Order: sequence, then structure tokens, then C-alpha cells
Amino acid sequence: MLCDWCRYVRVQLNDNTGAFSFLTIAGGLIRTQHKSNVCSFVTRRHSLCATWSYRSMADDKDVLRDVWFGRIPTCFTLNQDEITEREAEPFYLLLPRVSYLTLVTDKVKKHFHKVMRQEDLEEMWFEYEGTPLKWHYPIGVLFDLHASNTALPWSITVHFKDFPEQDLLHCPSNSVIEAHFMSSIKEADALKHKGQVVNEMQKKDHKQLWMGLQNDKFDQFWAMNRKLMEYPTEEGGFRYLPFRIYQTMSDRPFIQKLFRPATPDGHAHTLGDLLKEMFPAAIPQDDEQMKYQVIIHGIEPMLETPIQWLSEHLSHPDNFLHICIIPAPND
Amino acid sequence: MRTGIKGCTMPSSLLWAVDVYGRVYSLSTAGQQWEQCRDAQLEFKRVTAVQQCCWGIACDHQIYLNVHASDVPIRYQEETYENQRWNPVDGFSERLLPKNWEWEADWYVDENFGGEPTEKGGWTYAIDFPASYTKDKKWNSCVRRRRWIRYRRYKARDTWAKIPSEEVRPLPDPFNDISCGGWEISDERQGRLSLWAVSLQGKVWFRDGIHHQNPEGWGWEEVQVPGEVVQISCGPGDLLWAVLWEGQLLVREGIGRDCPQGFSWVVVESPSSEVGAIHVTVGVNVVWAVTKDHKVWFRRGINSHNPCGSGWIGMVGEMVMMNVGLNDQVWGISREDRAVYFRQGVTASELSGKAWKAVSVPRDGDRSHSSASTSSLPSAGCFFSGEPEDAPKPRIPKVTSDSFISELVSDRESQVGRREGGAAVASIQEEEQGGEQEGTAPPALVLSPSQSGNQDPQWSNVDLEEAQTHLAVGPPSDTAETCSLSSVATYNLGLEDPYGSDEHPLWAWVSGGGCTVDSHTQLNWFNSSGISSSVQAMSLSITPAQTAAWRKQIFEQLSERSKREIENFKHYEQAIEQSVWVKKGTMQWWRDWKPHKWVDVRFALEQFSGTDGNKDGILFIYYTFNEEKKYLHAFVNEVTILVPVLNDAKHTFAIYTADRTKQRWPIRLAASTELEMYDWLALLSVSCCDSRGIQGPPSKQAIWSVTCKGDIFVSDPWPSLEASPYPMPCDQMFWRQIGGHLRTVESWAYTGGYGGGFSQGLASSTDNIYTQTDVKSVYIYENQRWNPVTGYTNRGLPTDRYMWSDASGLQECTKTNTKPPSPHWTWVSDWTIDYGVSGGTDREGWQYAADFPASYHGNKTLKDFVRRRRWARKCKLTTTGPWQEVPPIALSDVTLLPCMALAKMEHVPLWAISNKGDVLCRLGVTTESPAGTSWLHVGTDQPFKSISIGGAHQVWAIARDGSAFYRGSVSAQNPAGDCWYHIPSPPRQKLKQVSVGRTSVYTVDENGNLWYRQGLTPSYPQGSTWDHISNNVRKVSAGPLDQVWIIADKVQGSHSLSCGTVCHRLGVQPMEPKGQSWDYGIGGGWDHITVRGNSLEAVRFSMSALTDSTAGRSAPRSPLALRSQEMNGNAVGC
Repeated sequence: MLCDWCRYVRVQLNDNTGAFSFLTIAGGLIRTQHKSNVCSFVTRRHSLCATWSYRSMADDKDVLRDVWFGRIPTCFTLNQDEITEREAEPFYLLLPRVSYLTLVTDKVKKHFHKVMRQEDLEEMWFEYEGTPLKWHYPIGVLFDLHASNTALPWSITVHFKDFPEQDLLHCPSNSVIEAHFMSSIKEADALKHKGQVVNEMQKKDHKQLWMGLQNDKFDQFWAMNRKLMEYPTEEGGFRYLPFRIYQTMSDRPFIQKLFRPATPDGHAHTLGDLLKEMFPAAIPQDDEQMKYQVIIHGIEPMLETPIQWLSEHLSHPDNFLHICIIPAPND
Repeated sequence: MRTGIKGCTMPSSLLWAVDVYGRVYSLSTAGQQWEQCRDAQLEFKRVTAVQQCCWGIACDHQIYLNVHASDVPIRYQEETYENQRWNPVDGFSERLLPKNWEWEADWYVDENFGGEPTEKGGWTYAIDFPASYTKDKKWNSCVRRRRWIRYRRYKARDTWAKIPSEEVRPLPDPFNDISCGGWEISDERQGRLSLWAVSLQGKVWFRDGIHHQNPEGWGWEEVQVPGEVVQISCGPGDLLWAVLWEGQLLVREGIGRDCPQGFSWVVVESPSSEVGAIHVTVGVNVVWAVTKDHKVWFRRGINSHNPCGSGWIGMVGEMVMMNVGLNDQVWGISREDRAVYFRQGVTASELSGKAWKAVSVPRDGDRSHSSASTSSLPSAGCFFSGEPEDAPKPRIPKVTSDSFISELVSDRESQVGRREGGAAVASIQEEEQGGEQEGTAPPALVLSPSQSGNQDPQWSNVDLEEAQTHLAVGPPSDTAETCSLSSVATYNLGLEDPYGSDEHPLWAWVSGGGCTVDSHTQLNWFNSSGISSSVQAMSLSITPAQTAAWRKQIFEQLSERSKREIENFKHYEQAIEQSVWVKKGTMQWWRDWKPHKWVDVRFALEQFSGTDGNKDGILFIYYTFNEEKKYLHAFVNEVTILVPVLNDAKHTFAIYTADRTKQRWPIRLAASTELEMYDWLALLSVSCCDSRGIQGPPSKQAIWSVTCKGDIFVSDPWPSLEASPYPMPCDQMFWRQIGGHLRTVESWAYTGGYGGGFSQGLASSTDNIYTQTDVKSVYIYENQRWNPVTGYTNRGLPTDRYMWSDASGLQECTKTNTKPPSPHWTWVSDWTIDYGVSGGTDREGWQYAADFPASYHGNKTLKDFVRRRRWARKCKLTTTGPWQEVPPIALSDVTLLPCMALAKMEHVPLWAISNKGDVLCRLGVTTESPAGTSWLHVGTDQPFKSISIGGAHQVWAIARDGSAFYRGSVSAQNPAGDCWYHIPSPPRQKLKQVSVGRTSVYTVDENGNLWYRQGLTPSYPQGSTWDHISNNVRKVSAGPLDQVWIIADKVQGSHSLSCGTVCHRLGVQPMEPKGQSWDYGIGGGWDHITVRGNSLEAVRFSMSALTDSTAGRSAPRSPLALRSQEMNGNAVGC
């Protein structure tokens, strides 16, 4: 639980010489690898944070932060068929769950480019245990869908040739990701507010959303995204909930239908209600063994969780609630 | 004279309160402790405050007034007419002076008649009484009269002054409640107040005639009421509500300017059908009420058309009384702990606010009780009676929060147990044992204050006269449980820290009518001792929804997930680099919302490498709003300019973005030291240049501008800047500062270096930076007014300007408080009288006039009542910049041919005007030798003040008399031309500046009009007429593309107005050289602009101006500069 303040405690003047000393934040946690006087500074502030988080429990902001700063430790290895000039070392990276593969893998590309001949370099793509990974799904969704119950780090194979045209979209530049991201936001807002909120935003507001995601700026992103999460109090929720249900077993990319956050008489719908309508098999019968896991952001929320709350707090930056349904482990 | 942003501090104001002992305290919005009202020998039961004074009812039943002292005295002009039959001097004596007043001076004759002096001892004449008087004695003047004047001054200030009781008709019964308001009744004259009072018998009284000159008012008028009133509340506007004995409420209708008492009453039922109201308080648009069960209610739908509102809303909290203060802010005294609470988050759109917050500051009077309480604790079991002999001597509570009224009310509710409590008291031990105390305790006992503080009892005031107080320690039976619980809790606290509990005062009454706060005000009232926070915590409710299982599970699973996925992999690299450089600091920020003021903020610049490798950054300003941390940010690549705004009070600078430019409302920040400010400015400007990829010296095309402070800014134009029909909006231009201090930029021999000034050591090129100095005078005025007794003195009328002021008289400027224009300037002389003022002076430097402000003349006449003289002091500025001085002639204007027709040019025509008004033509100016060789004097009939040379060697100039001249036959071969052609100025206007573009000629006159010369043809280059283009123009610059840029005044932004704004003429085309409209760019405070270098469209451009000619070269051979600061140049107020 971090307050806004702590996000920016990363760097502080450490002494009278005016030199800078750095504190880093990893996954929303402050690493305390710094000089003693800075440490005391942080400690002092942290006591403040404690007070605040106590008082701001009600707004569930910590959930947003945890969701945003979710990371998946990943090991990238080069596909063995690739021709290299020397052996390629694997590359380890903490991938943000809410981002997109091609947006955060510049370092991977650079790492493997070093061992390859220029003429062999084609568009980079990724594969996990034979499945090409769709960059236009959030990283967290890809992981939850394909690698949920496996050992970490997540092992991804990197390819530079034989682009699987039938499975993947090309991603020549970040602007393609931006276009995809923004169109998702617009689609979600069309469901939530008939698109009114996103249309009222200025170009720079859109840019702020995108830049926030691209540069991993939680505050920058949420300062704008907040508007997309508002709804009239008397309606008790969005018009329709933007959600997508993914299954490993299906050829359908995902389930997406119109679903209201509450019944006509004002009774709030839960995650269970949604699944009952969209994927009844996911709900365990009285006596039977649980057949499926319902995973959002790597966790399994209770079926009683109000779906409107989930949409506000566990949606990805693209404003969709991405729900993965995977077969339950047998053991 | 002094320009720029004034350091502005909000005046502090006071919250008034009375504790249960009748002591009056005030708490300043700037303070952190309750100050006891020193003067009060008396105990008070009620106070009602407005900004200028506080009214109160003391326990002697009398009404007292405490008028706050201010610099302006309260004066009242008594006047009388002397005529033949009556001599007023004998007729008046001290006896006539009202109580609380004093005479200011003796009587004197009013010599002023209809604005003119009579010169005859003030006599005016008429044929007979009554008639119209004239000041001249005529053959038929049979009577004469003169007016005598004397001022009396209110002397009872900052003290409780008893309001004289009615001499004619004494009031039947003592007052019980009082409420002051009505100062905002539409169109009311300033200072008028309505004072309403309620007597013990339930009658309502209105006090007439209270205004600034007569703070005590005239007398009481009874207002008929349909029942017996117990309490009344009068808002700042036309709201007036009262509470009846029976628990209903009364609303006064018809209150207005002509009838501050209103016409009639309307009854409003109590919020609760079972429980009546006991208290009501109103503001401008709000009504709050408290019912007998202490519940708090908010009235919905109140507005000036509907003073009754539409319905009640129950609110959180239990209060004994409440008070609505200024801005509809709400204060209350909680039933539970008798602390003063402030309603947080009350805004115009959310009048009911958000939450109660306890005011927890110590009292200055907190003393001795601590030791007393330790000793009294063990003795808590022994009781002492109404006439206590034990030390410590307890103070007898005189007043209670729910006071007399509620007690009587609860009496009627037949809460017998409580009335019995009037004779009942319980020991602490008993309280601990279960609180079943009624009837068992000995009667008529009083607790020591520390104990009472611990026990949190329900005081009740029974008899003010005898000061015989009965205590009801036992709570009413219906609330016995909670009450005893809380008192036990407090008692335990008291055991651990008796001092701490003693610090928690018990309040009886609060009045916020004089307390200027709103939802944005930052108060230091809420965060002091531990006791207060515990009190706060106790009053916070916890919502059960927080404990829902599904939520708990999500929290738990998320933290498990973090553990699983992150904990063991922290050594992995982050995919998104957060290698951000952050520089942080504290600053003050001129906040965006009203009331505008400087607030402490933390400021941070985060710089990071963008994905394309460009450095980029974000500015953050972290501020607190309603105790909530918030921030404001700006992307560095959107910053268009950083402007230092130096003044004597603060080291401030302004940050503009395109949006902020449109709003005319920059982000204004103040650093704590000058050095810190320049550190930040240097860092920020490097960051801005980095994010835009700008480096090195400005281009030849650069547009230069100068602020009224002499700071120089340059902007490299984009080709689209002069594109037609859709040029780049000029609020998006990026300006960077260049060191130096200049008045105009054109022929300044820019040496090709860059940086200088504040960017020293950071980004300056080391060559070609020169020291530059400037000297100017700062002026202040000494003002005096004549009065008949002492002649001219430095004692003016209250309405007069400051006796030491700036030229306008609006700003006080004394010799000691007047500082140089900015910290860069230092004094180099002492104050001396300036005799060189237009209009002339007498031998002592005085100028006389009939009144301020007027035209002054140098000799004293009988009609003069005021005089002033000007003092001057020289100050000097030394700075560095890429400019070099050209000796020896000081220039006031200079011009170069902006755009050459030929690629190769032998000599660049350069014209200038010296400080004395001589026209000069510089010979031998070439790109190789930008300083030229020699000056050629061009003869004129009169001094000139402005000159410009444009395309085809057109030379235009403005003479000191405001007319224009055209120089004939100027050519490359004949650089000085042959003769001047006089061009009449536009009718009734005096021109002051000219600028010639490729073909067009623009002038600005002294009234700020912009004129375009119509009908210029090669065969008749003088043109035919002046066409009016625009007003509010300060300066014009026409460029080699015939583009027109001006400095305009009074540019309205969405937030504020700015003067001295850079504007660009849109729609200028060959067939339409006058253009169509203005596009507004950076401002205000700009004084000069030149676009004469920007010929970005022109292909065959070789050199446009001397600035460019040198700027373009890496190392000019013989750099030099021209110096043309006007001595004593007065910075334009902006």
C-alpha cells in the first residue's frame, strides 16, 4: 500500500553537497538500498503513508496500484532454429502485466540482435510452448491463459523468422499498439457511456492515457482514466460492462456480449451472474469438483464479487475486464 | 512604478468561541492557538462575530461590542451651520459626545463650497433663510452662514464596550440571544449590519442604524413574533431564521435593502416530528438546524427566492449548537466532547460539506490546571459545595452550550431526571461503577474544572444572576449508556495524562461570522495533540462494506500474487525503464482557484528518455487540497516559455504552456532564494530545449522580444508561422531567454554567443558574453494635504492616497520600503528631490493641485489643497549577455533594413535616433563589420523619437510632436537620402512609433491606436491616408514579409486579462496587407518585439538584420553593440 507521495520518494537529495541519491521502486515497493540519512527520510514519510492508507482504505486505490504494478518475471530464449553468430544468452525481464509484449520488449530485441546477422532480422514474435503469443492481448492475459500454473519465470521463445501470419497481427511500430489500445478504450467507453466520455476528451488527454501506459506512469494514466470510470450515481454503474472472457480450449478468440452491471430492479450483478450467463460451466455445481479456474490479473475473485466493482478496479488500462477461464489443475 | 506580482498574503481573520466558563477566545486563521480575549473581565454567554467586530451578551445581560482596530479610524463628521442668531462654538461641549467616542480636533470652518474655496472665512450668502446660498456677497445678501465641521472618532476599539442601554425606553427583560448579519443585503451600502436579539421573554428586537461610521447603531426596535422565540440567526444576506419554544422554526420574509427588518414570518416545522428544534443557523444559501436530540439537519432548496427551502436532510454528527460563517462554512460544538468542529468540504456546489473535523489547538490560557488536576484527582471523591473553599478553586460554569434555552426546552419535555440532576451530582468513581447516579448523589455540588473536563458532563445553566450553578453530571436517561461510556473512556485517558485531557477545552458557543475560510483554505487547526486525534478517530464511523469477504479475498490474493510473481525476481530488469532523473524542491505556488494566494508546494522535475531517444520531462507540483494530496503537472515539451518575474517580495517565475497562454494564467512559482530560482530556471530551460531538440544560438530568422523588465526572449520561427491561411498559432511558439537587459532589440549587435545571465556555467558559450550595465531612477512621491490648522501636513484624509506613494497613489512607497525593481538592481545613490518634473516645481520641489489626483503645477495658489514632490534614487543593474556596447552615443531607437533585394549587399542601411532626438545614419555597416565605421548626422527641424527603414529603402520616422516624416530619395547609393516629407498624423493623435515592412508602413499613436498607411505606391511613397487597424496597441513590428506583430494591451484570456501581449496579425496577404484579425501569443508584461529577422519565406534572403548577420557567424570578427537604454526608462506597468 503506497500513497501518492511514496511513488515519488524514489529520489531525494541525500546530503548537503547537492548530489542525488536514488531510491527505486519495484512493483510498487520501495527498495531500501540507500544511505542511512535518506532511509530515515523515507521512514518518516512512511509513517505518514500508514496513516493515509488507513484513512483511504475505502477508495480501493490500492487495488488499482497493485493491478498496475503487477509484473511477470520472464525468461526470453532465442528459438534454436535461428541462425546466430554466437550463442544467445537468455534474457530476463520483469514484464508489466497490463502492458503489451511488443511495447516492452525493445531490450529483448536489442539483446538478440547483437548475436544475429543483420540480414536475418525480421519482425520479432514470441511463442510459448508452441503457441504464438498475440501481442494485442495484455501480457497478464497471455500469462494467465497459457502459463498460469507453471513455474516462474515464464519462459518465452523469441523468433525472428517464419512469422505466423494466420495467428498474429504485425506490429511494425508502437503507433500500431497505440491505435489498438485507443480503439479498445473507445470501444469500452462506447459500452460504458455510449462513448461520450472518450469523445469529450481532447487529443492530449488521449495521449496522456497512452503515454501513461507506455512509460508506466500510474498517476499520469489514472488522472485521466478516472473520468472513464465515472458513472451517474443514480444508475449504480456503467451502461454495459466492457468485458472479455478468454478460454484456452476454444477457437473463439473471446466471449464479449452486452451485460448490465445490475438487474432492472437495481440488484447488483456479481461475477457469478456474469459467468452463469456467459460460461455456465465455470460455476461449480453443488457436489462436483471445480472444473475451471476463473482468473483475473492472476487472482481468482470470489463469485460474489460485484461485477461493477471488478470493472472499476480490475480492468486493464484498455478499460476491459479480461477474464481467463482455464481448466482446473487435476491434482 | 514597482511592477510585477506583488507578494500577497491573505489577511487573517478570527473564529470566536466561548467556553463553558464564559471566557471568550478567538482563533486566527493564521494562528494555531485560541487567544483569550484579554479585555474581558466579564463572562459572556453568546457572541456573534462579523469581520469588523464581534457582539456579545455578557452575563450581566448587557450587550457589548468589540470593534477590531484597523488602520482606518472610524470617524463621524458632525456639522453645524453658524448664522446670525446662533453661535455653535458655544453651543457644543464635550457633554454632547457619545460614550465610546472622542473628538478628533477642534471645530473648524468649512472653507469649501461646492468644490471651490470661499476665501471669505467660509461664509456663504443668501437673501433670506432658507434659500440657496452663493459664495459671493451681493447687494441683496441679507443673511449669511458658514458650516463648522468637527470629527469625532470611535475610541473603544479592540475592547468590549458596553452598548448604552436605552435611555428613553428601557428594555423589559434581558437579552438571551443575539445574531449579527445582513452585510450582504443586495446593494446595501458598505458597513451596514443587521443585529437581531432575543429577550428572555421570547421577544425579538432589531437594532437600527448600525454602519461603519456608527458601529453601535441607534436603538432597538421590537419586531412582532407569532410565538416565543428562543434563538435567532441572521445570515450575511437576506436569510433570517428563528426557533420557537415549541420547536418550530420561523423564517423572515421580505428582508431587503429597503426593509432590513423584513415584513412577515413563515412557520417551518421542525425536522423531526417527535423532537423539536432547539437551534438554527443560517448563511447566505444554507440553513442548518439542531433538534433537541442533538441531531443535525440541513435544509434543502434554500435560495434568495425561497428562504424557506424545501425539506430537511439528516446529517451525521451530534451537535449542541452550530454556526454558519462566511462562505457558508459551518462550525459546530459536538455533543460528545464539546470540541469545536469544522465542516469540511463545504463548497458552493456542495453546501452540505463532507465531514466534521475537530479543531484541536491549545489555548493560550491553558495553565495551572494541570497541576491542579493532579491534586484534585485523588480528591475527586470529596465534594464541596457551591461556595467552595478547597483549593484549587473551581471556576463556576456560567454558560452552557445548549444554554438556558435547551435546558428550559428539555424541561418542557419533562425530562425530569435531568432536572433533578440540577441537584444531583456524581463522583467519578460512581461514574465508573455504572453511571446509575441520579438521585443518589448529594445535591448542589460542583466539580473542579479538571474533573469536569474528564467527565464531559452536560452543563446546564440555571441562574445567571446568582451565579449559582447546578450541575447535571448524569446524562439524560435516554443517552445514559453512550455518555457514560465516553466519559469513562475520557477518564482513563485522563488518568494516563491528566494534562492532556485538561487541554481539551469545553466549548459553549462558536461564531464563524468573521472567519474567512472556504473549502480551499489551509488551516493549521486540525493536527496538534494526541488527544484531538483520538477524539477524531472516535467520531469517525467505519463502514461495514469494507469488511466484505470478497474484498478481503481480493486484497489477500493480490498481495499473494505480488509475493509469488515479484518477490523472488526483484533482481530482474524492469521492462520499462524508470531511470528517471528527478529534481525536487519546495516552492510556493500561486494557486489556480480563488482566493488566489501563495501556497507551499513541492515541486519536481522528472526527466526521462522518451522512446524515440529524445529527452523529455514532466513538471509536478504537489499540493494539498482539503487535506488530500494532489498534483498538477505539465509536460516539459509543452512548456512555451519560462519567465522570471522578479520583485522585491518574492523570487518568482512563470511557466506557460499554450493552454496557459490562452488562459492568460501561467503556473506561477516562487522559490525561497534567488539562487534557487535561477538554478531551477536554468535546469528547466535546458530541459525545455532538450525536449524540443533546440541547441546553439538562435537562427537568423529569430523573433526577439523584450519584457518590461528588460528580459530578452527569442523564438526560432517555424516556416508555418507566417503560412497563410493557417499559420501556426502564436501561443505555441517556444521562447527561450537570452541573457542581457535591453529595451529594444533590433540593431543590437548580437555577438553570436548564447546563454549568459542566469544560465551562466550551464549552457553559455564562453565567448562573446559581455558585461552590460544599466542605470535608472526609481521614483516615489511624497503627498501632503493642506488643512486649516496646521497648513500642509503629511496627514491626509482617510480617503486620501498614501502620504508616500507611487505616481498613481495606489501603492504605498516609502523611502525605506521602496526597493530596486528587482534583486538584480542595486542602489547607487541616496534619495534626492527631483526638480525635473513636468509641470514644474517650487524651490522645495513641491507641485500643487486642488485635489488628488489632478494636474499639478509648480506654484502654490489659493485653490490648492494638496501638494506632492518626487524623490528619485538611482539604481544600477549589471548583467551579462551576448551584447556589446557601442560607444559613445546613447540611442533611443535604431533600425536596419530588414530584407535585402540583392543577395550580396555592400552596405546595410542602419538608421538610429540618439537620446537627444538627432537622426543618425550609420555608414559602413557590413556583415563583416557590423558595427560600421561612422555616424552621419541627418538634419531635422525637431527632435525625432522613432525611425524605421523598410523594403526599397523606405525610411519613416516620427517626430517628437507626434507627426510622421518620410525620407526621400534614400537608396544604396545615397544612404542618407535628401529631404524629409512631413506626413500629418491621424486627426487628434500623436504618433509615437513606426515600423516599415517590405511595403507596408504601420504606426502606433500615444493612445494605443495602430494605423496603417494607405495608398503607398512606388511613385508616391508617402501614401495618402492613415487607416485605423486596432486599439490597445503598445508597439508594432512589421517584418520583411509584411507580417505584422504587435504588443497589445488588455488581452482577455479565459482566466484573466493580460497587458503587454505578443500578437500576430492573421490574414495578411499581398492583396490584403492590413490582415483580418489577431492571434494572441505570450504575455503579459511584454514591451517590445521584432520580427524583422524572420523572412523564412524569402528564398533570396542573405541577411536581414544586424542581429542575424552576426548571429549566423560562428565567431564575428569585430563584434560590438549599440547601447540605447533610455536613461530613467520607466518600466511599463504590467
